[in-house]
Amino acid sequence: MRIKKCLYVNRRAPYGTSYALEAIDAVLIGSAFDQDISLLFIDDGLFQLKRDQDTTDLEIKNHSPAYRAFEMYDVEKFYVSEEAMAARGLKKRDLVIDVEVLSDSRIKDLMDEHDVIFSF
Amino acid sequence: MKFVIQVNEGPYQHQTTDSAYQFTRAALARGHDVLRVFFYHDGVNNGTRLTSPPQDDRDVVGRWSALAAEHGLDLVICVAAAHRRGILDESEMKRLDKDAHNLAPGFRISGLGQLIEGVVLADRLVVFGD
Repeated sequence: MRIKKCLYVNRRAPYGTSYALEAIDAVLIGSAFDQDISLLFIDDGLFQLKRDQDTTDLEIKNHSPAYRAFEMYDVEKFYVSEEAMAARGLKKRDLVIDVEVLSDSRIKDLMDEHDVIFSF
Repeated sequence: MKFVIQVNEGPYQHQTTDSAYQFTRAALARGHDVLRVFFYHDGVNNGTRLTSPPQDDRDVVGRWSALAAEHGLDLVICVAAAHRRGILDESEMKRLDKDAHNLAPGFRISGLGQLIEGVVLADRLVVFGD
């Protein structure tokens, strides 16, 4: 099967909607199909990567450990929006994985470089 | 051009599925190929044949089924999203030991792999949803 460059764009907070959890499933399926996968986190999607998430009171599973497990599936390219980080007072050390921080103009280039964009 | 269409919202509350239907119909009318329509998230609710809209409203589910019958469209419902929302075909009903099934004609239930495979084969993925 042909390999395409797939960018998964994560835009929403980790809880409140099902999109963040669905994106994790979709990344794993993309990996199973041997696609070239990158993840981008923008807007409130940044909070998906926040350290020390505690979902006990939500009665919803904390799915943030999944991002650390992606490495086992050869999913290793993580990008975040510099503007979104600054707007939320987040630093790289606040996140569960190592990421590359991109300005919004570089994010435009990143999107141009990809064959497929999955939006969550 | 070869398209895959993704529908993320259920019928009636959002215009999403109306727009997706109209885009799909227009693309087919212009001679393009629609390899697959993938119903994801709440979009799986487009696949229940039990919807009963009033007579003066559009039949969102029925017109997808009709378009599929006319053009051989592949309408795929995401299985994980469908199970959560109670969209079942006969074999899933038996496997999950439920007492009813509701999948509309022309739709089939399958995995996310169908979306990935579709976009690998297509020129464009067009997503409808917010």
